[in-house]
Parts: sequence; structure tokens; C-alpha cells
Amino acid sequence: MSKILLHGTEAICEGALRNGCRAFFGYPITPQNEVPEYMSVKMPQVGGAFVQAESEVAAINMVYGAAGAGIRAMTSSSSPGVSLKQEGISYIACARIPCVVVNIMRAGPGLGGILPAQGDYFQATKGGGHGDYHLIVLAPSSVQEACDFTYRAFDLSDRYRVPAMILADGMIGQLMEPVELPPMRNLREIPEKDWATSGHYGKDRRILNSLIIKPEDLEPHVNELQKTYDEIYANERRAETYRTEDAEIILTAYGTVARICKSAVDKLRAQGIKAGCIRPITLYPFPDDTYSACAARDCTKAFLSVELSLGQMVEDVKLAVNGKKPVYFYGRTGGNVPEEEEIERAAKEALGKAEAER
Amino acid sequence: MIRILLAGQGGQGVLSAGRFLAESGLHEGKEVSYLPAYGPEMRGGTANCSVIVAEDPIASPLCTVPDVLIALNAPSFHKFAPRVKSGGIIIVNGSVSDAYAGRDDVRVIDLPANDLAMEAGDIRSANMAALGALVAATGLVREQSIVNCLQEKFVAKPRVLDCNRRAFEAGLAAVKK
Repeated sequence: MSKILLHGTEAICEGALRNGCRAFFGYPITPQNEVPEYMSVKMPQVGGAFVQAESEVAAINMVYGAAGAGIRAMTSSSSPGVSLKQEGISYIACARIPCVVVNIMRAGPGLGGILPAQGDYFQATKGGGHGDYHLIVLAPSSVQEACDFTYRAFDLSDRYRVPAMILADGMIGQLMEPVELPPMRNLREIPEKDWATSGHYGKDRRILNSLIIKPEDLEPHVNELQKTYDEIYANERRAETYRTEDAEIILTAYGTVARICKSAVDKLRAQGIKAGCIRPITLYPFPDDTYSACAARDCTKAFLSVELSLGQMVEDVKLAVNGKKPVYFYGRTGGNVPEEEEIERAAKEALGKAEAER
Repeated sequence: MIRILLAGQGGQGVLSAGRFLAESGLHEGKEVSYLPAYGPEMRGGTANCSVIVAEDPIASPLCTVPDVLIALNAPSFHKFAPRVKSGGIIIVNGSVSDAYAGRDDVRVIDLPANDLAMEAGDIRSANMAALGALVAATGLVREQSIVNCLQEKFVAKPRVLDCNRRAFEAGLAAVKK
């Protein structure tokens, strides 16, 4: 199939629709308005439901209901809107209902700005709402990945009965790139959900609930959730490495920032500095195995986490590197995106510091 | 790999021109990326977009140091001219801007884009005149690829297609002569 030029937001919608998403609930917020706009056109064409809800809170609870009935359902928002959805996401996680939530991050905190940021890393990967739970978090770094990862998110979420999140920065939302779209999934291929509240029709009674009032019931339920997260950790960690085999300085970033880092790696290499890059694809589970493998190499002298935040993913990098090598940080906020030259300078500084400390 | 920054006032068509360029590159089997930046206004305000056309996969989609700048008004010309790579090209809309870049290591093409567009039938096709100049100066994509994109886009609007096509050809001719 030939490639077509698509916005990141449109690619996310196509990934969802082509893997059986048949219900979308949203509320407008920049920079992801193109998602509900595109869905409002396409969803009726495939016989699905599109609702512009009265608020973000309503939208996530509509997802709760539709996905509980066994439909592949999705909602999308940007940072302040995703904060509003957190209560519902926690309920959905407890009730073990698969669904996909898209967060096209903008600059925060508060209402913040409308330009790209990555300040919601903690919220996305550490739970986000109240209680012990996690989402499966995928971070696309190109328009093709925006499509592919959303497609995959529905399968992962169904398989583990854990909600999945697409965590993208505002740049992915606006960027246009060539995309090869996957074929439309035959809905009959999607496995039967033996827990869905899809009508009685002679089946046993099914209940989906997040109120488990007896401590002797709630603890085993939470332990079961943890068992699932352990399974996800064992099976689903993914990362891409770029020129890390002999690297002295390893840059690490996710989303579009990783692409700027790759360009910086090439420029550093051209100057004789052996640089490499690790790009996590899954932010939860965090691909700590990739980092520990690099940290164990003699050639690796330091790590540098580059983020559109004040330093969030760097904490997971430090846990993964586990003190074997120094880990440094470089970040921009407010909607500013670092240029290649800035990252080159930060990498040289990090390398200098690491050598001074030895 | 060529990085092009297209800048101007909202409503001048810099984003459309960028998309035509990216679409043309894609149709020729090249790697492309298109990253717009604009304010909340439909018209007025500033707008720019970064387009990259390359043979190999594109890493960073940013054009902080563009190889080519297309500036459709004076403020964007003066804002972005210092950033252009040494040896690069600047195409400036001479109808509404001076063409003094304050440096001599770049080729400045003073293109009366608004005048060419008005002669072509509609001032709103100034963006296509600039695109014509770009294609003539760099050979980045084939002329026919841009024309094909225009035909696809304006299939139901023959008058708009004519204006845009004439403006594109006027831009080509202005640089070739």
C-alpha cells in the first residue's frame, strides 16, 4: 500500500479505527482538537459512536460504560483535560476494563500553554489517579508510530485488561509525515470478552465495579492487579537503541525529542565524540533492561536524559542505571523545544563532568 | 537533505505552500516532514512551517538552521534571515519587503511575489509564486509534481487552479531568466 501524508492526530485516529475502535468520547482542547474532529467524520462511516461529551469527566465515564460493554473505546485530551479524567481512569483500572486514553501533552502546570511538553510523564507512568495502579504507556516519536502504537494499544489493553495510554507531545499532534496505514481489522477476529456486561442473553450475571468495600476482598484484587503489572513488565518492555554499541555518552529521550537527540548523536559522532541514544517505546513498563545493559559496558561513561520537563523520566533512568554510571539531565519547559546544538553542548558538559568525577 | 522554512503572515498561504511541497516530495518517493507553527488567528498573526525533503529517514523535524528560507513578509524575512545556513538561499517577497539580509554568504532572491500573483489573477497565489522560485532555484522537486498537487487540490475550482498555476509558473520564470 502506498504512503499518504497525515497529521499525527489523524494517524492516531486511523490506528484506532483500523483496530476496531467503535466508540469515541471527547471534549475539545488544543493541541488535540483534530482528534475529535477527525473521529466525528470517520466514526459514523464505520458504524461507530462519536459523542462530544459535556466535559472531560463525562467523556472518560462514557468510555467506562462503552468499554465495559465490550466495545473498543477511546478518549483523547491534552494535559489539563487528562488531569480531569484521572478519577475515571482509576475506576476503569480497578474495574479492569480495557480502553485507550490519548494525551497530547502541552506545557504546564495549570492551564499552562498550548505548545509541546512532556511534563505529564509522572502522571502517566506512576498511576495518575488515586490508588495502586498503572497504565500501559506507549510513546510514539513519528506519525507512523502514532498510528501503529494506537493500533497496538487496543490489543495490549484487551490482552491484559489494563487501560493503555498514548503519551505524545504537541509536536506529534501537528507534525505531518508519510504513513502506511494498516489494513482494517476484521472485528470478528477480536477475541470474545468473557467479562463484558454486554447483555444477559442466557449468560451468567456479570458485574464490573470498582467499589470493593471489604478489606479481605480488596487486597486480593489489588494483588491480582500487581500480578498483571509484573506480567506486563516481563513481556512488554520495548526500547530502540541508536549507535549505543561503543558509545561513551548515551543520550536518552522519548517522543519527538528522541529524534532531535538522534540528529545530535550524528553531529557529535562527526566531531569524534562517541554518542548514542536510547529511546523508550514503552514508558510503562520502563525498558530498564536496555539501560542496565548499556550501563554494564566499559565504554559507557555517562547518561544524559533530555526531556521537555524539569526532570521526570530521568528518575527512572537513574533506577535502571542503578548507580553504575552517572546520570545527568537537560530539559526545557514552557513549550520550548531544544535545538540540536543545545543537546550537543549538554552532552559534552555531561561527558566532561563524568570524566572529572572519576 | 534540504530543510526549508516558510514564513509569513497568517492567511498568506505559507502552510498551504509547505503542504504542497511535502506532498510533492512524497509523490516522488522521498522522505518528507511538515511541521507547522502558528497562533490561534485564522488571518493575521504569524505563521511558519518547517518542511524537510530527504533521501534518507528524517531524524529531527525542526528547521532551526534552514537551507532555504521563504519569507512572504518583511517581519519574517528579518526574523529568520540570520538563521539561514551559510551558502543557503533566501526567497523574499520583494513586493512587501526590502531584500537586505545584512549578510553576503547567502543567495537572496528578491521576488515580487504579490505582483506576480496579481498578474496571474489573484494576490492570494503569492505563495505559489514563491514555491515556483524555490523549485527553479533548488530543483528540490519536479515542476510537474507541484502542478499535479495543485490539480488534485483544486479539482473543483478551475479558476483557482489557473491562478495558482500561472503564479507558480511566473515564479519559476522569474528565477530561471
